[in-house]
Amino acid sequence: MEFLALLVAPILGAVILAFFGARRFAPEANVAISVVTFAAACALTVRVISEGSITAANEQFFIDPFNVFLVTLTAFVSLNTSLFSRPYMRIEREHGRVNSAQSRLYHSMYQLFIAAMLIALTTNNMGLMWVAMEAATLSTVLLVTLYRTPSSLEAGWKYFILCGVGIAQALFGTILLYVAAESVLGAEGMSALLWTHLNGVKGQLEPAVLSLAFVFLLVGYGTKVGLAPLHNWLPDAHAEGPTPISAVLSGLLLNVAIYAVVRCKVLVEGSLKSDLPSQMLMGFGLLSVVLAAFFLWRQRDIKRLLAYSSIEHMGIIAFAFGMGGAVANFAALLHMTVHSLTKSAIFFAVGHAAQKSGTQIMDDIRGLLTLSPTVGWGLMLGTLAILGMPPFGVFASEFLILTTAMQQQPWATPILLMALGVAFAAIFGRVQPMVFGETTAKRLPHPPALLPVFAHLALVLMLGLYIPSYLADWYRLAARLIAGQ
Amino acid sequence: MSNSSIDLQLLNAFASLLLLLSFAMLSQRRIVTMVKLLAMQGMLLGLATLLLAVRTGQNHLYISAALTLSLKALFMPWVLHRLIKRLGVYWDSEPLLNITVTMLAGLLIVIFSFGLAQPIAEFANTATRSAIGIAVAVVLLAFLTMITRGKAMSQVVGFLSMENGLFFGAMSASYGMPMIIELGVALDVLVAMLVLGVFFFQIREQFDSLDLHHLEKLREEK
Repeated sequence: MEFLALLVAPILGAVILAFFGARRFAPEANVAISVVTFAAACALTVRVISEGSITAANEQFFIDPFNVFLVTLTAFVSLNTSLFSRPYMRIEREHGRVNSAQSRLYHSMYQLFIAAMLIALTTNNMGLMWVAMEAATLSTVLLVTLYRTPSSLEAGWKYFILCGVGIAQALFGTILLYVAAESVLGAEGMSALLWTHLNGVKGQLEPAVLSLAFVFLLVGYGTKVGLAPLHNWLPDAHAEGPTPISAVLSGLLLNVAIYAVVRCKVLVEGSLKSDLPSQMLMGFGLLSVVLAAFFLWRQRDIKRLLAYSSIEHMGIIAFAFGMGGAVANFAALLHMTVHSLTKSAIFFAVGHAAQKSGTQIMDDIRGLLTLSPTVGWGLMLGTLAILGMPPFGVFASEFLILTTAMQQQPWATPILLMALGVAFAAIFGRVQPMVFGETTAKRLPHPPALLPVFAHLALVLMLGLYIPSYLADWYRLAARLIAGQ
Repeated sequence: MSNSSIDLQLLNAFASLLLLLSFAMLSQRRIVTMVKLLAMQGMLLGLATLLLAVRTGQNHLYISAALTLSLKALFMPWVLHRLIKRLGVYWDSEPLLNITVTMLAGLLIVIFSFGLAQPIAEFANTATRSAIGIAVAVVLLAFLTMITRGKAMSQVVGFLSMENGLFFGAMSASYGMPMIIELGVALDVLVAMLVLGVFFFQIREQFDSLDLHHLEKLREEK
């Protein structure tokens, strides 16, 4: 029941908003739909906590501790993003950057995107997961090009083609997985694609085929995660689209993609009984961290800067999952949560800052604090949080990852530390003058939505100081599940 | 089945024709011809699926064959033709690599693909497993086509040819994916075509051309 509401609400919402998305009440309707989705996600979480894993629709969907927390996170961030997008899109319309058709497209596709991500997270069927991931890309391509500027068209084209080719590799990987599973589970009733069934027989799957499958799956879904060197689409798509979309792309889509990679890794590792998947994840992860840290220095556009920071954090998460083991997985899950919350909060603040200054170029945004202390402090605190300053949650997860790395992969620790330091200097040096000093900003016709910013930051702060016991249990369960215990 | 060896030979002939078409696409600069080649590829894929359906008697393969023939051999090429006419893009710009080098690279790719497909072919228990190498080659050749082309339209043709290769791979390795997945993939590809159509008009409205050289502004120096 809760589960049905979770998927039906956004899909129905997308249909409704496709017709009424340009009306005055459309932003509120968008929020209302997200509220329903979030309520369903909460109800589902309560049920999973009390009853354990559940399956639905003839085992095509399943909820376990790993994906239920991502479902809640996705619903929560998408709700807050819809709150933020309410004044943001109003201002964009008044500035004449968006007309009524574009507003309809925006609201409808926003809900469709959320629906696609929720399906990708909850499905038990590896084929359906692929279909949903592709749907998530397709629903956002036209949002990246919403402003129809030359650079947004370029970003959209890159996004479409690179992710399309990437996801085609993932399809090939899925086919190989099916080929390997079919001989064990049989072709009837699709059980050969169901993750729970595959997980049960992973020891019998043919290692040679599965290792090949994993290479394709990692490259395919890795493109969507934004792992270097497959990350080229990511900064463009984040920088050129409307800011609410950047927030959900960075905060949610990347998480969903890494979720897909981890699901595949669990299967393949169980079959191979070697650490090839782990090493590949660690390699891609480290490369992303280092590359992103240095590319951060060359950015002038604030949203591109944040996009590279996302690549860096995805690298850290991939590295942590690559190390494996209960502690590293716990840290990676925590990092997924706090990154998602913090990064979307920064995007919210940046969205309003860019509207106030009329530009996304960092050199032209100055002295946010004078005109709007809340936007300024939101940006400053968010930046400190994402850079891993205590007492925020990112510090806790990065600390855990680094200490685990010292024990398990000591060679990687200096590389990680250096990259984190480089990133710190690059981002802090840029953001500091944006917040303090003389201002160039102007007032906005609608008051900015700052509740989401501070709600996210407060949660991140809480996760840094204290993780509630049920949340910790939940992470631990998921971490053990991923470690294959 | 008494005529099984003829079946098999016919299937292998289809597979080699698919590969041949991929090479033809790689060397072709006329976009209209590329779309024709793509339609032929779709047709062959559909016929191969039909043959397999008759051979194995699996019902879902009939549906899959009908879907492939109607979508990949007729509908999509038709849409692409209309787009080409309305947008007036008939020729691709000079390829990034000259044809000879591209063809040589293509040859290497085929050898590599057969190496890559070796473990899968050994493991798969279908009669058509020898064709898996060809499927991989079609995918990678389509990839090469996409890399070496400058026009948006030819990249899309390459992309669809890649999809053809993937379907052929699924078919020869395991007689196709479960029906619902094939339907899902087909739906995604259809929506992708729709998005592309919209996208092309946006690009043209903005640049008066579909040449991707206009889309190279977002560099890191920016």
